[in-house]
Amino acid sequence: MNIIITITVTALVVLYAGLFKAKKALLPITLIGLLTSLAFVVTSWGTNQSYYGMMQMDNFALAFSGITILGTLFIFLLTQNYFSKESDNIAEYFTLILFALSGIVIMVSYQNMSMLFVGLEIMSVSLYILAGIRKSDFASNEASLKYFLMGAFSTGFLLFGITLIYGATGSFDLGVINSYLVNNFQTVSPLLYPGIILVMIGLSFKIGAAPFHFWTPDVYEGSPTLITTFMSTVVKTAGFAAFLRLFAGTFAAAHDFWLPPLMVIVCLTLFIGNVTALFQKHFKRMLAYSSISHAGYLLFSLVTLTDHSSSNVLVYAAAYTFATIIAFAVLILVKQKTGSDHFDSFNGLAKRNPLAALALTIAMLSLAGIPLTAGFIGKYLMFMNVMWEYQIYLVGFAILNALVGFYYYFKVIVAMYFKEGNEVVLETPLQYKVVLVLSVIITLFLGIYPAVILNLI
Amino acid sequence: MEQLLLLLIFLPLVGALVTAFSGNAAKHVALISAMVSLALALVMVCNFTPDASTQFAVSYPWIQQLGVNFHAGVDGISMITILLTNVLVPLIILAAYQHGYKSPNAFFALILFMQCGLLVVFTAMDAFLFYIGWEAALIPIYFICAIWGGKDRIKVNMKFFVYTIAGSLFMLLGIIYLYLQNPAKNFEIQALYNLTLDSSQQTWIFWSFFIAFAIKMPIFPFHTWQPDTYTEAPAPGTMLLSGIMLKMGIYGVIRWLLPIVPFGVQEWGNTAIILSVIGIVYASLIAFTQKDAKRLVAYSSIAHVGLISAGIFALNTQGMQGAMVQMLSHGINVVGLFFVLDIISSRLKTNRISELGGIAKQAPKLAIVFLIIVLGTVALPGTNGFIGEFLLLMGVYQYNVWVAVFAGLTIIFGAVYMFRMYQNIMLGKTNELTIGFTDIKGSEKVVLYAICALIIALGVYPKPILQLSEASVQHLIEQVTQKLTSVN
Repeated sequence: MNIIITITVTALVVLYAGLFKAKKALLPITLIGLLTSLAFVVTSWGTNQSYYGMMQMDNFALAFSGITILGTLFIFLLTQNYFSKESDNIAEYFTLILFALSGIVIMVSYQNMSMLFVGLEIMSVSLYILAGIRKSDFASNEASLKYFLMGAFSTGFLLFGITLIYGATGSFDLGVINSYLVNNFQTVSPLLYPGIILVMIGLSFKIGAAPFHFWTPDVYEGSPTLITTFMSTVVKTAGFAAFLRLFAGTFAAAHDFWLPPLMVIVCLTLFIGNVTALFQKHFKRMLAYSSISHAGYLLFSLVTLTDHSSSNVLVYAAAYTFATIIAFAVLILVKQKTGSDHFDSFNGLAKRNPLAALALTIAMLSLAGIPLTAGFIGKYLMFMNVMWEYQIYLVGFAILNALVGFYYYFKVIVAMYFKEGNEVVLETPLQYKVVLVLSVIITLFLGIYPAVILNLI
Repeated sequence: MEQLLLLLIFLPLVGALVTAFSGNAAKHVALISAMVSLALALVMVCNFTPDASTQFAVSYPWIQQLGVNFHAGVDGISMITILLTNVLVPLIILAAYQHGYKSPNAFFALILFMQCGLLVVFTAMDAFLFYIGWEAALIPIYFICAIWGGKDRIKVNMKFFVYTIAGSLFMLLGIIYLYLQNPAKNFEIQALYNLTLDSSQQTWIFWSFFIAFAIKMPIFPFHTWQPDTYTEAPAPGTMLLSGIMLKMGIYGVIRWLLPIVPFGVQEWGNTAIILSVIGIVYASLIAFTQKDAKRLVAYSSIAHVGLISAGIFALNTQGMQGAMVQMLSHGINVVGLFFVLDIISSRLKTNRISELGGIAKQAPKLAIVFLIIVLGTVALPGTNGFIGEFLLLMGVYQYNVWVAVFAGLTIIFGAVYMFRMYQNIMLGKTNELTIGFTDIKGSEKVVLYAICALIIALGVYPKPILQLSEASVQHLIEQVTQKLTSVN
């Protein structure tokens, strides 16, 4: 609870600081607030506190809170010179991101279906506004509207699903639902199954899994890049945590029932994400599709439920988050300089800015899953996870998709190192340097010595 | 002495980091690092007892939750490949000395980084570690070839990269499968040797590993990436690829494929041999028609490696011992050939055979060393190539006479196209292009003389090399045949 309170109070303080035009104080206040909540994550590790049966701060919740807060912290560091160009009132954006984060912490720790809904809505509403913060930009408005309509639609599915499950079990509480499933396994009310499917569809919308992914590319492309970074890393991780909490925990007993529809979602997500990413000419849109394909790999953890399913997702999400933050950070720098995010604008970046080029290369290697980066460990765990039940065809399919992935992730490496570009010098602001270097260190460290994070939860 | 192996593996990594930040002294630092590695390897050879045991072993828990250990060790088979790597890397660095590649720091650092990956592959006693080294060797060579390569480098290297990574991902699938079959839930090579897998499992594992190794070597029909990649790569890249990297595939077959899935090998080894022999004949015939000397050598490499792989799958001591010697010889010879061609092309800007001629008159020293290298390649008695190919053919002959007949074509064909190439490039009339050719000097001399010395020394007195691996090879063959007979 103290985590959520810290984040919310920080959000309010930032809002008031904005009121008094204390622009310089915004970032420090936010960072202090986030660091404090990170400290709370560390101190409450293992305490497993429950808040009136609504939220359960178990290690799962704390680990995912930690990683989302850290991701948000990095994204805040990237705000240097970013929002001030958009508008004078940057306090609102800070506040909205922080509110979204508080919703996310609820999403990863809910113990009651109603809290899932509350958390999801706090996060989503903040994001609808954030996607549209460029008031005069057509793409940004389109993104906001699309996101809002699709989001509202998917929330409808989710709510309907929750209602049906309530009808079947008589409770919103995850524990009660779980024991109902386990105890009445043969005589489950027919309302429950459509309920589970509807919840699955609702959450699939949120994590952008195919065939419910259609909003993702447009929204990711239209939103300001920094908001896209937030959506594709922190928000996605939170969506997965919510998915996992429900399906790997509460609905685990009905695994045989929801596995076939899940398999369809996994295969479609992998295939559509990868194949479409292959044909993109713009880096940002490519990342949007690649994020869809990563959703597919992440869902592997639900195909076979093992003791380590959630831990595997944590590793994968960490790998994916930090690599993606690097990718977007470099994208912002390049776009500010060249005004385009076409692959050609990365030409010759290795000469113009070796640090950014090296960081982006490591990020791409990690996203592609090359050994000695965190991405490899993540992919390895996911492959291993489904191999426990010898789903060899699924892994074979995933390997073919991974190959496609190499091709498009290497496109940008090819542009940076092997092609000649204009020799405009690209300067990296200090905070960007910090984020790039830290993210690279995390990516390599998790790749070389993942023992620290494996089986954490 | 116990930590010698760790030092050997990680010294190139340290060397790479120092090289990357050493300013103008990059090539000197890289050379020093490679020479120290060579010295360490020689110390290791001197302290090595040529029996079948695994020596200098180090084992540390690495990722305990996944059952991964940093377990490395050296036996006779590894010793040969370590020697190969550490002898060739200094030569390759020296060969790049006068070329003046742009951003030399990155260039030499990548070579040393690759050396580290290769040494991990050649010493790993843990399947996960083996896989990590396998990929860690690929990334640097991809960058070397794609940054410093020729005109078509981007497209060609993408094909190379996707090809090899496809193979290795299927190998990873096989490794995960073996891990899950292993009751101890680890990747220890000894535990994997002791697994009992039924024949359909063995077939699956065989193919998942074999394709990865076949792409790396390459064996027909997985070779299509090779000629383009060799041709487009910068000379040191080609040397690394053909001299050392293709031995990763051969080593992989010997170390992992044969002992883990002997029944798979028994069932499918025939297919592998036939593919190898097809590769020999096919590559030799194509080599005849090549107009570009570098491409010709690339195809000749497919033919030679086909014979090595046939010798291994014949599953007898002669074939395997032949493969050991030939790995070393082929590495030395092919590095020599590519270096000579690089010297020619860096002076005359062409490797087209028809445009060259009469260089011998202008450069007598080059003519002599080139001749020695060509003689080594065509396996003239008294050169290193002879010992290896002779043993390999003996091994294949014991397996099947007809296979040996076709495999023997590699020597005849090889002699024809190699001598024809030599004749057209070095002899004949000096033309306008070649009239100003200057003879070899400085570091070029050092490299080529060293290579010639090795060719002759190994050809005249191959015993130490044969002794080094003999016990391990015999042990391996026994191990495999024991497994095969224990069930039948």
